[in-house]
Amino acid sequence: MITWANFGSQLFNGLALGALLALIASGLTIIYGTLGVLNLAHGAMFMLGGYAGYLAWQSSGSFLLGVAAGTLALGVLGIVMERLVIRYFYARPHEDQLLVTFGLAIVFVELVRWYFSSDSKTVQAPALLQGITNMGFMFYPTYRLAVVGICAVALLVLFLVLYRTRLGMIVRAGIEDSVMVDSLGINIDRVFMVVFGIGAMAAGFAGFINAPIVSLAPEIGEQILVQTFVVVVIGGVGSFPGAVLGGLIAGEIISLTSMVNPGYAYVMLFAAMTLVLMIRPRGLLGAKGRE
Amino acid sequence: MNADRIYTARRPLLVEALTALALIAVPFVLPFFDAAPNTVNRILVWGLFGIGFDILFGYTGLLSFGQSALYGTGGFVAAYLLTRAGFPHVITALVIGMVAAAVVGYLVGLVALRRTGIYFAMITIAIAEVFFFVEFNPLSEWTGGENGLPGVPTPSLDLGFAQLKFTTGWALYPFLAACYFIGIVIALRVVRSPVGAVLRAIRENPLRAAAVGHDIHGYKLTAFVIAAAYAGFAGGLLGVMQAFMPPDAFMFETSGQLVMQTAIGGRGTLFGPLVGASVWLFLQDFLQSTLNLGATWKLVLGLVFVVLVCFLRQGIIGGLRDLYGLVRGKRRAEAPVVPTVPTPRAASGTSMPAHELPNGHTGPVLLATNLTKHYGGLAANEDIDFRVDAGEVRGIIGPNGAGKTTFFKMLTCEVPPTAGKIVFKGRDITGKSVTDVCQLGLTKSYQVNQLFNRLTVRENVAIAALAALRGKFRLDLLRGLSRVEGLEERVEQTLALVNLTQRRDTPVAELAYGEKRRLEIGLALASSPSLLLLDEPLAGMSPRERVETVELLKSIGKGRTMIVIDHDIDSLFELAERVTVLQEGRVLVEGTPDEIKRNAAVQEAYLGGVNGVH
Repeated sequence: MITWANFGSQLFNGLALGALLALIASGLTIIYGTLGVLNLAHGAMFMLGGYAGYLAWQSSGSFLLGVAAGTLALGVLGIVMERLVIRYFYARPHEDQLLVTFGLAIVFVELVRWYFSSDSKTVQAPALLQGITNMGFMFYPTYRLAVVGICAVALLVLFLVLYRTRLGMIVRAGIEDSVMVDSLGINIDRVFMVVFGIGAMAAGFAGFINAPIVSLAPEIGEQILVQTFVVVVIGGVGSFPGAVLGGLIAGEIISLTSMVNPGYAYVMLFAAMTLVLMIRPRGLLGAKGRE
Repeated sequence: MNADRIYTARRPLLVEALTALALIAVPFVLPFFDAAPNTVNRILVWGLFGIGFDILFGYTGLLSFGQSALYGTGGFVAAYLLTRAGFPHVITALVIGMVAAAVVGYLVGLVALRRTGIYFAMITIAIAEVFFFVEFNPLSEWTGGENGLPGVPTPSLDLGFAQLKFTTGWALYPFLAACYFIGIVIALRVVRSPVGAVLRAIRENPLRAAAVGHDIHGYKLTAFVIAAAYAGFAGGLLGVMQAFMPPDAFMFETSGQLVMQTAIGGRGTLFGPLVGASVWLFLQDFLQSTLNLGATWKLVLGLVFVVLVCFLRQGIIGGLRDLYGLVRGKRRAEAPVVPTVPTPRAASGTSMPAHELPNGHTGPVLLATNLTKHYGGLAANEDIDFRVDAGEVRGIIGPNGAGKTTFFKMLTCEVPPTAGKIVFKGRDITGKSVTDVCQLGLTKSYQVNQLFNRLTVRENVAIAALAALRGKFRLDLLRGLSRVEGLEERVEQTLALVNLTQRRDTPVAELAYGEKRRLEIGLALASSPSLLLLDEPLAGMSPRERVETVELLKSIGKGRTMIVIDHDIDSLFELAERVTVLQEGRVLVEGTPDEIKRNAAVQEAYLGGVNGVH
């Protein structure tokens, strides 16, 4: 039975999921846009962020510390990963990049399974954000409402970094033409490292923010990765605004379809992706000519 | 054994025979090593699954993470027929499952192949995930949802005088081994066929494969369907082997494991997936039961895989091949090296037929009117009228940025003109694809080499020649390359024309720069175009190479229609009968070399900036 209240809350669920997907997808897309590497470990890194935050949250009881730990730990991991592995793959074919990041994803998932076991872990939302908010026309879980706001702020921060700083300018120029940027005397090597770190931080941040909504398990990254791909294909690879738009579209499709029949959520998501590929293969906001 | 070479086989059935022998020996040898028959059977199913995937990934260069969708489709169709529908005949059910997977693969391919590279990988992952959910939810009444389909029967063969029953363990092995053998024999034929050659070309350089006249989308779709058929059949075998069709066949992990096994064993080898599956499954057994690692075995395998991808790019088979090459190379280095300086040979001129002009065709071969190209606000070409007659050798010169390359790109239909019309041999070709235009007999050699790098000189030329001999798309999947009529002669003639006969078996990566330039021209020549465009054929050559190449181009130009762009004006004046000068996207002047040399406007354009002095 579909009521207006039900519809309203699903709409908000879609918004919360969409904002989260937008955040993860923007990390994936700026890494691909700048470095040319599609990181198949991005979903696993999202999951790692959740677990890193969980450790800090459990030992300190502070949600904020959890957020900080999830974000920073993944930033560090991203930089280490880029220095030790990824950078040796810039000159190698796309297939090799896919293979190695896929392998790393498995290593991350299995490490977590080994250390934390396969049982799921729950993180409680901070006391302030627990319970339900009366929005006038309906009641809605406070934390989910907060997630929309938190993700919006995080996206704004990313936007400011990308569009209002020197680093962001270099990154966006690098997405257009990294060889040119390199020949302008900018140390593109270091920029690559930082970009990978930022993308990883976005994933880690989202990983812990998501933990109070969906409990942590080693496999959660896989599903999020697939959804992120659809987001990126819909929005356009390498496009930050595309990731945001695609995220919101995907989030709403998943939630609204789930309201009618959860079994068809993926089918509808896939249908939307196919539709975009048919009428606009480069994605809604994708740059022309990028493969 | 090098399955990646297009020209193989002085002993054509050697690989097949060795495979048969090995498959027969396994049940007699492996029991001594305590190998579990079920592990061996699983390896065969993975190996068969992987043969198709290797054609897609290793040969065509398309990395799909969505093979589980097709594996599951074939498996569940076969299992459904054999259990719920009460269909009695196992082998027929397997074939129906295979056909179903191929049909689904065709539809999936239509979507996934709209993009290449990472897009393709992402789309296939998404598709696989959809199939997984569809199997669990909307279709669970047919697929049993998370319970799968139990009770899949095993095959039996009625030979009339005896009934052969394949049950489990070693008793099922002969059936699976026979399936694998048939699968590998067919795959070996496919990769040695003209289609196999084109698939490699697509992997190496899709742009050039299309430019020499192959319908690459059609061939990619073919590879995808082949992979789907193998996946579907292997999926059916999984149900037969376990007497139960498990829903996890549809899981993303299945696709992932297949990709990893193929990469571990070695891509582009056909046997790589089998080797990879052996390593994977035996290692899994060893880590789990002997070392008691429990669930941690996957962590170890993941680490092994990452290290392997980092350091052994071509997998185990590739590594062994390199090792073998190293040992042999050392031995060869001890022998005195015979200098292999290519001796220039008189090219056999016009013996290679160019595309015929249509009967009664008179007038120009190429007629461009009003041709204009704008990039945003920038006009690269403006209002160009251009005409070339049959048998003419035309030169185009102009300062940098005059729009010469853009002009060529429009003529070969690589970029569509903003305005204007191109008529080739009396036919309007404006807006056609590069592939179609090449098939009509107009092609070009590129300013920057566009070669098939990991293939040999002869293979490169053969790929271009195949497009001319077979048309843009043909499914001669089981025909040997040597059976293509006229291929051998055409390749040899082209090699002789560009003076690379002695280098025919050298991989492109090992050629000197001048040789690569000649091969670049050879690729265009091999499709025997009626109009050949050469974009800066002399670029980057030493003075001596230039002299040689000009001689070469002169001999090629006999009886052909050519348009040549180059900055080396002296060489161009020597070659061309008429010259067109472009400046700032427009035709400045056109005439014989002598007229051009004396033209004041040309002198001014080239001296530049001295317009004040009159």
